[in-house]
This record gives sequence, structure tokens and C-alpha cells, in this order.
Amino acid sequence: MLAATVAAPSALAGGANVIALGVLLAEFGMFRQALLRDQVRLYAAQSVLLAALAIVVAATRHLPELYVLAGLSFALKAVIVPVVVRRLLRGIGADGGDPRWSDIAGSHTLGIASTVLIAIVVAAFGFFTVAALGISSPVLPVTALSISIAVILVAFVLMIVRQDVVSQAIGFLSLENGVSLTALVVAAGLPLILEIAFLFDLLVVAVVFGLLIRVHHGRAESMSTADLTSLRG
Amino acid sequence: MHIILLLLLTLPAGAALICLRAPLPAARTVTALSGAASFGLVIALVPAAAHGDISYLRLLRVDALSAVFMLATGFLYGAVAVYSVGYLSGGHDHLPQARYARRFWVGLNLFAWAMLAAPMMSNLALLWVAIEVTTVISALLVAIEDTDGAAEAAWKYVLLASTGLALALLATIFAYYAGAHVLGQHYDLGFTQLLAAGPRLPHTAVRLAFVLAVLGYGTKTGLVPVHTWLPDAHSEAPTPVSALLSGSLLAVSFYAILRFFQVASAALGPRFPRDVLLVFGVASLLLAMLYLFGQRDIKRLLAYSSVEHMGILAIGVSFGAPAALAGVLLHVLGHAAAKGNAFMGAGVLVRKLGSKRIMSMRGGLDLLPWSGPLFLLALFALGAMPPFGLFRSEFEIVTGGLSSGSYAAAAILIVGVTVAFFGLASSLTRVLLLPAPVAPGTRVVRGEPSAWMVVPVAAGALALLLLGVHPPAELTDLFGRAVTLLGGRTS
Repeated sequence: MLAATVAAPSALAGGANVIALGVLLAEFGMFRQALLRDQVRLYAAQSVLLAALAIVVAATRHLPELYVLAGLSFALKAVIVPVVVRRLLRGIGADGGDPRWSDIAGSHTLGIASTVLIAIVVAAFGFFTVAALGISSPVLPVTALSISIAVILVAFVLMIVRQDVVSQAIGFLSLENGVSLTALVVAAGLPLILEIAFLFDLLVVAVVFGLLIRVHHGRAESMSTADLTSLRG
Repeated sequence: MHIILLLLLTLPAGAALICLRAPLPAARTVTALSGAASFGLVIALVPAAAHGDISYLRLLRVDALSAVFMLATGFLYGAVAVYSVGYLSGGHDHLPQARYARRFWVGLNLFAWAMLAAPMMSNLALLWVAIEVTTVISALLVAIEDTDGAAEAAWKYVLLASTGLALALLATIFAYYAGAHVLGQHYDLGFTQLLAAGPRLPHTAVRLAFVLAVLGYGTKTGLVPVHTWLPDAHSEAPTPVSALLSGSLLAVSFYAILRFFQVASAALGPRFPRDVLLVFGVASLLLAMLYLFGQRDIKRLLAYSSVEHMGILAIGVSFGAPAALAGVLLHVLGHAAAKGNAFMGAGVLVRKLGSKRIMSMRGGLDLLPWSGPLFLLALFALGAMPPFGLFRSEFEIVTGGLSSGSYAAAAILIVGVTVAFFGLASSLTRVLLLPAPVAPGTRVVRGEPSAWMVVPVAAGALALLLLGVHPPAELTDLFGRAVTLLGGRTS
């Protein structure tokens, strides 16, 4: 075991880490998307990476259930949820309609550079903290766990620094992707029926987010959350 | 007994389906009947749950702890379903009445269904799914009023609560990881298996799971500092929904924390989980106590009172003594009845006086012959005045705290509760006691807006009295068994 940690990572470990890192990079990419359409696409891409990682684990660890999970999570997170979200927002000019409302470029509370710096610090904190916990995984290198926690923390930064409802919703959905990545590392054996329940739940949540974005847009005439300050104290 | 579980799982969902299509008067009747029947079914479940666990198909499992929280939800579902009949008659001229009413009835039944289902789940994963379902349904119910405030509150609520629940999901996954170490990869997160594995579970993972669960489910329970959605959602939702949110939804999330508390106590010993809950509880009590002064909106004021009471629950569990734990369970029921009454009473006051701003509300006792005094009683009940249930429960919690040697925390509890009562009373007694304005023009006449809005409040007051003066023997047995489950020895 000790020898294994000193030696260069195996092809599996290396590949898995690269994919996990891709998930984290997609999360960073969400900081600077200026159009609703691109934000949703980036989320879909991140979900594809996650499904790919599930296939890698399924193939190398002989967990056939994970093929089903990978297929379902691809169908749901990379296809259905993005389609549902974009369809729900079509009527309000977010997609194909009035282009003004699909623009979420001005929703930064900080400059991109400062945001990314903060996110790097937060991600590094998560990365090294988890490494110190001594949690090991039977199926994937523990680095992937550290990266998954970094994804979750960066998703929090995204929801905090971007003041528009779309980025916040996508921030939540990608936060859930981070949790799924964690689940893949430490809970790969979770019964399929429970995973399906989680995925179904995610679909319901995505629909409700879409509906409430519509409600918000109907009242505020914009995607910005900067004016949501009437309730306080 | 299985048939009762199945009925409870299908009845409110069936009522929601009927409300989708049926004419509105039928929807109203079906909801009221379903509410009353659900409460009856939960009561029928109590004697069996007091003596043993009822499980079905490895998916459903009701023990004494679940039964306590189902009682709270069942009671409020019944009360609110009847109250809503009066609430929806008139007063919404600015909305397409029929569409609003239909959404309301469907949502109310679904909301109650999810909250009744959550404590019946036999494993942590399904529990999480049920609680997430309560979030999305209630978020839509918060948005139903279609005002700027409601849209803002609903967005904040759904975003914060879902994010909190994502942390709770992470907690569930780490709980699975801990369990898989002992029980093998293919177990399904069942409580009984996890508890049986108890001391053999890896400590770091259980610690992580417990703290994440308190933070995650605590967001929905309204524990400080993750309570920020709560006053907004409670003040902007329709009043019957506010009553369910406060009395039932917060409690159901607290139930999830208690399940993790059981697992953490079995794995780590009681010290660590108790300390975590004590920190969150004291923070909630103290902050909410301060916010109770100077609130301008009557429903916001009551929302902060809910944060205070959730803090009391957390402190009570942290004491760990059997008396304190029994007090906590009684407090869950008492809070459901008292806060339900307070919100429903506030709804009548708002309807009658035409404002929810405390400064412009006057003459509650003059104008409302029944709701005025009942609201005053609800206020006393919330302030833990004898002879109501919350007096008995807080007395037991403090006694338990003193007997377990937590003198400082018990002192904080007493001071906090007293100050909070002054905050609540100083704002709300003026609404009731100051004379109604005799300004020219619109003189409001004395009388109740609707009898439907009085009957459930009167029932709540009777329930509070019963809990305070002489809790039924079956209920005491139920508490006794639940206390054993939570790690207190039965006294």
C-alpha cells in the first residue's frame, strides 16, 4: 500500500483524476459565462464528464449497476434538465426571444480575476482539508474526493458572486454534480434504486427552479437578483 | 397497522389528485376530510408505535420518534385544511380566484403528504428525498401569492433550502460510506442497520456526516446562522402555509437531525453530537430573542419566534437527560399547536384589520370576539405560560438540563425564553389591547370573518391545554419509548 502511494499513479487513477479535474474546470468556467444558453451548456458538459467517470469506474471495478447510473445520469443531467430549463425559459425571451434577457454578463459582484483568485483559495482549502481527513475509497483515488469537495466549495462561490437567477440555479445544479462526484468516490455501491430516487428528485428541483425563475422574471423584468432586498430584518 | 401506513401515504396524495380536476367546492371538502382523516389515522398509530416498530417492505418504518413528528404534522394538516376553507372565501380580489384556489388546494395536500411521508421512511436516503420534496412543494406555495415579496421570498427559500439539502445529501453519502465499512457495499442506509453497526463505524466519517447533517437539515429547521430564508418565506406565504411551514416543516427537518443524532451517538458516544447541537441551539435562541424586538410585520415576528423554539429543541436534545428529551418531544407537539394557532390567529387579524404591519393594527380584542382572545391564549402558550403544553415541556427541558449538570445552558435557556416572551408580548399585545381606531370613514364592525377560521384555532387551544394539564397515557408511553431511542434512559 505504501509503495503504491509513492509510485506514479496508475492509468486508471490518472484518468479518473483528469476527468474529475475537468469537472472542476467546468465549474470555474461558469464564473464568466455571459449568456444563459452557454451557462446551461457548460452544466451539460460537466454532467457528461461525470457520466464518463461513472463508466470508467463501472468498467474497471466491475460494478455493472454503474453503467445504468451513468446512462441515466447522462440522459437526465446532460439532456433532459438542460432542455427543460431552456424550454421553461424560452417564453420569457431567454432563449431565442428578446436577446436582452438572455444576457447575464453584468451580474458579477467582483471582477473575474478576484473571483477566480477567491475560488482558487477556497478550492485549495477544500482539496487539502479532505486529504487530511484520511478517508479512503475502494474504487477511486482519494484525490478525486478532494477535487469533488473543491467543486462543491467553488459552486458556493459561484452562487455568492453572481447576482442573477440563472447562474445561481446552475450553481446549485453543479453543486449537486459535485455531490454526485463525491458519491461516486466514496459511495459507489449505493443501491441503484436510491440513486434513481436522487436523480428523479433533481429533475423535480430543476423544474421548480425553472418555474420560479419565470416568476422572478415576471415580477422583476430581469434575471438580476440585485434588487431582491425588500425583505430584511 | 400496515394498512394505516399505506392509507397515510396515499390519502393526501389522492386528495391532491382529486383537487387537480374536481370542482372547487369538492376540492375544499376533500381536503378538509383528508386532513381530518389523516390526523385520525396518525392517532390510531400511536398505541402501536409506543410498543414497537411498525415496518413494511423495508421501505416504511415507523417507531415512537417518527410517530411524535407525524402527530404534529397530522394535527396541523387537519387544522389548516379546515381553516383554509374560511381563508379562501374572499379576500383575493386581485387574483384570478379559481386558478389560485386550485393551485392552493393541490399544493396544500401535496405538502402535507410529503411531510407525513418523511418520518415514515426507513432509510436516510429516502428521508432525504422526502424532505427535498417538501422543499420544492412549499417553495411553490410561497410563490403562490404572486407579489414582488412572494417572488423574492420563494427564490431565496428554494435556493438556500436546496443548497442546505445538498449538504444534507453529502451527509447521507458520508453516512453510507461509514456504514459500508462495516456492513459491506450493498446495504441501503437503513436506520436499524446503521444503529446496530454503531460503535464499529469509522469516527471521522460519522463526525463529518453529523456536522453536515446539522448544517444541511438545520437550514430547513431554521437554526442560526442558516435560518435566513425563514422569516421571508413565513411572512410572504399564505397564512395556512405559514402555519404548516412553522409548526410542521421545521419539525420534520429537525426529525432528520435527530436520526443522524441517533447514529452519531451510537458511533461516537453522546458527547460530540450534544455539543454540536448546543452551539446551534444557543445561537438560535439568543439571536431570535433579539430579533423579536422591533419587528414591523406580524408574521415575521412569529417566524423569529419559530427560530427561537427550534433553538430550544436543539438545546433540549443537547442536555441528553431523559426528562429533557421527553420535554423536547412534547415541545414539538406543543409548538405545532401553539404556532399553528398564532399564525392562524394572525391571519384572521390581518384579514379583519386590513394590514400585517404591527403599527397599524389595532383593536383585535374589540373587533374579534373569538379570534382575539384565542390569539392572546396562543401568545401566552408560546411564552410558556401555564397551564399550556409548552410550559410543561420547557419545564421538563430545564429540569433535565439541571439534572445533567448543564447549569450555564439551562440559565441561558431560562433568560432567553423570558426575554423572547417580552419581545413577543410587547409587540403583539398592542395589536390586541389598544382600542380600534375611530377614524372617520371605514369603521370596521365587530365580528368574525368566518367560523371556519375559528374552529381549528379553538381545537388547537384545547390540545395545548390537554398537553399542559394532563397528557394522555398513550402519549406518555410514546414519549418514553422515543426517549429510549434517543439514548436517554427511561426514568
